[in-house]
Amino acid sequence: MPQQLLTGNEAVAQAALDGAVSLGTGYPGTPSTEILERLGALGGRAQWAPNEKVALEVGLGVAFGKARALVTMKHVGLNVAADPLFSATYTGVDEGLVIAVADDPGMHSSQNEQDTRRYAEAAGAPMLEPGDAQEAYDYTLQGLAISARFQLPVILRMTTRVCHSKGPVQTRSERAQAPAPRYERDIPGRVMIPGNARPAHVRLRERLHNLARSELPEALLTDTGEDRQLGIIADGVAAAHAREAAPQARLLKLGLTHPLPIEAMRAFTQQVERCVVIEEGDPYLYTAARAAGIPVAGKPERFRFGELNAERVRRILDGDESPEPEPEAAGKPPQLCSDCSHRPVFQVLSRLGCIVAGDIGCYTLGVMPPFEAMDTCVCMGASVGVGLGLRHALPAEEARRVVSVIGDSTFVHTGLPGLAEMAYNPPETGHVLLILDNDTTAMTGLQEHPGTGRRLDHHPAASKLNYEAIALALGITDVHTVDPVDHKDDFERLMHDALADDRLTVIVARRPCSLASRRLAAFRAEQEPSEP
Amino acid sequence: MSRAADVVNVVIAGLGGQGIVTASDILAEAAFTAGHDVKKSEIHGMSQRGGSVSSDVRFGAQVHSPMVPHGEADFLLISEATQVAANRHRLHPEGRLITPEAVPQLFQEADPERAARAARMVNVALLGVLSAHLAIPEATWLEAIRSHLPERLHEMNGRAFHQARGIEAIFGSLTGDRPHPATQ
Repeated sequence: MPQQLLTGNEAVAQAALDGAVSLGTGYPGTPSTEILERLGALGGRAQWAPNEKVALEVGLGVAFGKARALVTMKHVGLNVAADPLFSATYTGVDEGLVIAVADDPGMHSSQNEQDTRRYAEAAGAPMLEPGDAQEAYDYTLQGLAISARFQLPVILRMTTRVCHSKGPVQTRSERAQAPAPRYERDIPGRVMIPGNARPAHVRLRERLHNLARSELPEALLTDTGEDRQLGIIADGVAAAHAREAAPQARLLKLGLTHPLPIEAMRAFTQQVERCVVIEEGDPYLYTAARAAGIPVAGKPERFRFGELNAERVRRILDGDESPEPEPEAAGKPPQLCSDCSHRPVFQVLSRLGCIVAGDIGCYTLGVMPPFEAMDTCVCMGASVGVGLGLRHALPAEEARRVVSVIGDSTFVHTGLPGLAEMAYNPPETGHVLLILDNDTTAMTGLQEHPGTGRRLDHHPAASKLNYEAIALALGITDVHTVDPVDHKDDFERLMHDALADDRLTVIVARRPCSLASRRLAAFRAEQEPSEP
Repeated sequence: MSRAADVVNVVIAGLGGQGIVTASDILAEAAFTAGHDVKKSEIHGMSQRGGSVSSDVRFGAQVHSPMVPHGEADFLLISEATQVAANRHRLHPEGRLITPEAVPQLFQEADPERAARAARMVNVALLGVLSAHLAIPEATWLEAIRSHLPERLHEMNGRAFHQARGIEAIFGSLTGDRPHPATQ
């Protein structure tokens, strides 16, 4: 195979295909989204799940059935999937299960910059960290092999600059043979009641120990450079920045970062006069090294924030505390498209003086001028619970101004349990849930979800969620549907009346995203010639 | 940091929806086809909604980090005048800023429809200007342009590229630009 120029995400997808992954699943989230899209485009089986928890559970089931699975998500998605993760390491797997998790240091499109490496340690999952597209390819294959061999789910921890950076990738010429799926009953290993989970925890620690003692930690590190003065220990893309910032330094780049090759790190520091740990985010490597009594220096606290680059690494190495260069002017922030259906919605919410418990999606841009019509945005699905809490706490007059605003994809992701809470524990003033149904997962690049009625590849799905029917089934009787663009006045009247009323109301503001509509029309036009 | 002479650093910046990422894909592929090691990095996501976008492309014998350090860009291509101030700090003091003003001849259409069409080719024209400074064959560029744009746009963009490249080859020298050492 000749080299290809691929992004890290594309390389993971290619490796999944070449590594005989039988199912890829996940939930869209920048910067991870393109992995599954690419896997599908390459002819692999790829599908969107309603959320990351479900995706990981599906992947785990695949691996229980002795087939290989890839599960993808952004870093905050792993919070949602943490529940299955912490028990999947106990049950273990029969075949390769790789969980690709994309961190976003610097928060280019995220609400926090949490560090997934903490999860690997906390859950006891082996973790591989590619630093470029070639390693993204190699480590995905390596992750599948490690997962099958040590019977543990493996985290492939990526970052924005690995996911979205292109580089040359040498791929394998032959695809791996897919394992033959079959069911083998293993009640003590799979049913996590306390009596089974206690030995399962011991087994997990033994498996990690076996991995740590295998040839892999050594095989997955690279030790380059001749300098005996300065040594650098680094992981992921930070190692590339470090190599550029200090071309002569001795550089130990770790590929497997859980369990850590701690003795190799110790031996490395003994061969240099001074050793500095270069890592983005939390001091994960640094803390582990110091806890093991390894004499390394870390980075000043200000480099915990944001991404690293070669220039910032040079500052860390030189102890340069001078201010970093700033742009002459701020860049232009993103905004709602000029014909976006969310625009009239936020105009109305602004005019009605609503307290808006918001959520995550394009419509979070309702916080920007001229609307400034969003008061909270915390995590996926939080609009419903936060809105209810505000209603419970505030004096009736203020409580009646509170509305929860959530997009269609986010509603399916984690808004559904919130709606059950709304029906179950209604505030005295009632509540209004506004579902902005634009028929797509817009912000991450127009992905399908169970509410669009289309699969990942845009072909019709087996079903399409009906939000109004769901609300009615939960016992909410005031359910309305309105097009906020063509019937803006009706929408405003509905909102006004619902806020004045002390009942529970669900309003579905339905208007397809114009970007998604155009793309869907183009997709259908493309399909036509092949359909009779 | 010493300026590595064997790596060419290019930053392409503009607004979401202007084809910044496509332009950087074309450049990365042309450099890759010409036999260089290439790394390219950009930020997607929120920026897709009309916000600032920038993409870093680096190529040479061996490229480590995918990001052009601040103040290290040899070339800064900006498709939108309003974005110069937000990105100028990326440029090396001796680096070259390339904006549509480098090739005003291509953007003097009085007819609004033709002007709009020219505006959509602005990134390819900027690549044409850049190409006059790089030792990558024109055929390699045109092949990269064709592989990243729909067929109906090939001829128009190929022409814009060729014209911009020609104009820069003649007039670029008047600005005192010298080719980057790694490209000779």
